[in-house]
Amino acid sequence: MPLFGLAPTEWQAVQLSLLVAFWASLLSLPLAVLVAYALARWQFWGRQLLNICVHLPLILPPVVTGYVLLLVFGQTAPVGRFLNDTFGIVLAFRWTGAVLAAAVMAFPLMMRAIRLAIEAVDPKLEQAATTLGAGPIRVFLTITVPMMAPGLVAGVVLAFAKAMGEFGATITFVANIPGQTQTLPSAIYAFLQVPGGMLLRFGFWSCLFLSLFLRWRCPNGWRGALCMAQANDAFFRSQSFRRRFQSCAQISGSQRR
Amino acid sequence: MNAVAGLITPQKGRIEIAGRAVFDAGQGLNIPPHQRGIGYVFQDPRLFPHMSVQRNLNYGRRPARSFEIDANLIVDILGLEKLLDRRPDTLSGGEKQRVAIARALLSNPDLLLLDEPLAALDRARKLEILSYLERLRDELRLPMLYVSHSVPELARLATDIVVMDAGKLVACGPASDLLSDPSLVPQLGLAAAGASVLARSTAQSEDGLSTLNTSAGQLFLPRIEAPLGSRVRVRILAQDVMISVQKPEQISALNILPCHIISLRPGDGPGMIVELNSGNDRLLARITARSAKRLCLQPDLACYAIVKTLSIRPAEVAI
Repeated sequence: MPLFGLAPTEWQAVQLSLLVAFWASLLSLPLAVLVAYALARWQFWGRQLLNICVHLPLILPPVVTGYVLLLVFGQTAPVGRFLNDTFGIVLAFRWTGAVLAAAVMAFPLMMRAIRLAIEAVDPKLEQAATTLGAGPIRVFLTITVPMMAPGLVAGVVLAFAKAMGEFGATITFVANIPGQTQTLPSAIYAFLQVPGGMLLRFGFWSCLFLSLFLRWRCPNGWRGALCMAQANDAFFRSQSFRRRFQSCAQISGSQRR
Repeated sequence: MNAVAGLITPQKGRIEIAGRAVFDAGQGLNIPPHQRGIGYVFQDPRLFPHMSVQRNLNYGRRPARSFEIDANLIVDILGLEKLLDRRPDTLSGGEKQRVAIARALLSNPDLLLLDEPLAALDRARKLEILSYLERLRDELRLPMLYVSHSVPELARLATDIVVMDAGKLVACGPASDLLSDPSLVPQLGLAAAGASVLARSTAQSEDGLSTLNTSAGQLFLPRIEAPLGSRVRVRILAQDVMISVQKPEQISALNILPCHIISLRPGDGPGMIVELNSGNDRLLARITARSAKRLCLQPDLACYAIVKTLSIRPAEVAI
């Protein structure tokens, strides 16, 4: 039964996207905080190397990232086999793999936002807290985290938006299996193969939904500008999707004619 | 200061607080700052902006080691009752600094470090907080390590002084000795050169003057709010002291103290510092070398020190 003009299979894609984006943001958060703190505050050998590695998913073509994931976490690959044998976790061609792909792609964005937030926290306040008898962990939890909280939320929302729109790595690593790995962008891509008006409707609703979600999460006056920029960014990405698909549909349509 | 607090690590040396070694380069001992039992008041207040004043004050609560500090007494001494529910960004500079001092005290430190806490405040706030600090010194008997470039602040607060110049130790000893030591005038500054005199308050008169008894005689100064019979420490600046070989008559100055010359030290310019002994106290006088020559001043000469009543400022009186 169509709801808001979307068929059940289309809703499945929306649900899967939400699930994947949620888990991707949540699971990459602790690591992002750790890496952001290390890069912001600590001096150690290999610091620049770590910085470059973390930013790789941002600069490499998404398909390349997906391919690397396949090489490392695929069913015949070393880590993939280890995970399967020891924990029974299978990543390739499962929604868990989509989570991993989305997490890897979204990680640099989240890390950058959190790192900026940590760098904005005045180290003199942390010093003052130390002289008052607070150990390093207490200083981190009571001083650093509350003061970087808005930046942390911005990072999570950013990662969520990126994960929602993640296509290249996902489709390379876990393919396009409806119900398992067919996220929103993959579904749009699949529907592209079938000429018709479903694409526009689908694309429109998904972009509207995403923008509204982000708008709800970041009301005006509270990093509103940043969040709106991210919502616009996600919208534009799907816009360019639509434009590309529209031109492809025109070509396929003209071919048919 | 930062080395004592543990915020920086010296290359060599040994630091002990309350008899307990916290740093020893030779033994490789270095206790981190949060375990040293110190409280630190920085030059800027550094209040946590995401907490109310009350939560800021409670942040450092830990079990008392040497001194049990009563929270209500601190809040009372520093006048913070009305500020407890406010946020740090709504406070004035003086209020912030008082909260910072209270916060450091309420962490029950063995030692309180203060790094020029009054430097960023205007004169009125300085005097206000200085009297709070005097009360803390006297009522809590908490050891304080106070860094300052202002000799009047030191003269009011310090019991012992360590003088440092270009990173090296120049002198250390009781405050009253060092502040009236003419050889330290280059470090302490000519304008600040002077002596501290211990006195006892004996009378208040209707024309706005207080009378103090010193070992050399009576000292008159503008009215101070000291209970009769209480001990007072008065700082008399060298530039406010004149020397007369004969007892002057018909002169407006009320303070004429008989004394002996101990030493004469010429300065770089036309001035000269004369060290005087009046009763049990030492006084410094800054006069021109020409006058010293004209009056034939020499050690052991009996003379009179003349101090204008109104030149003794309230900031120079420690009750």
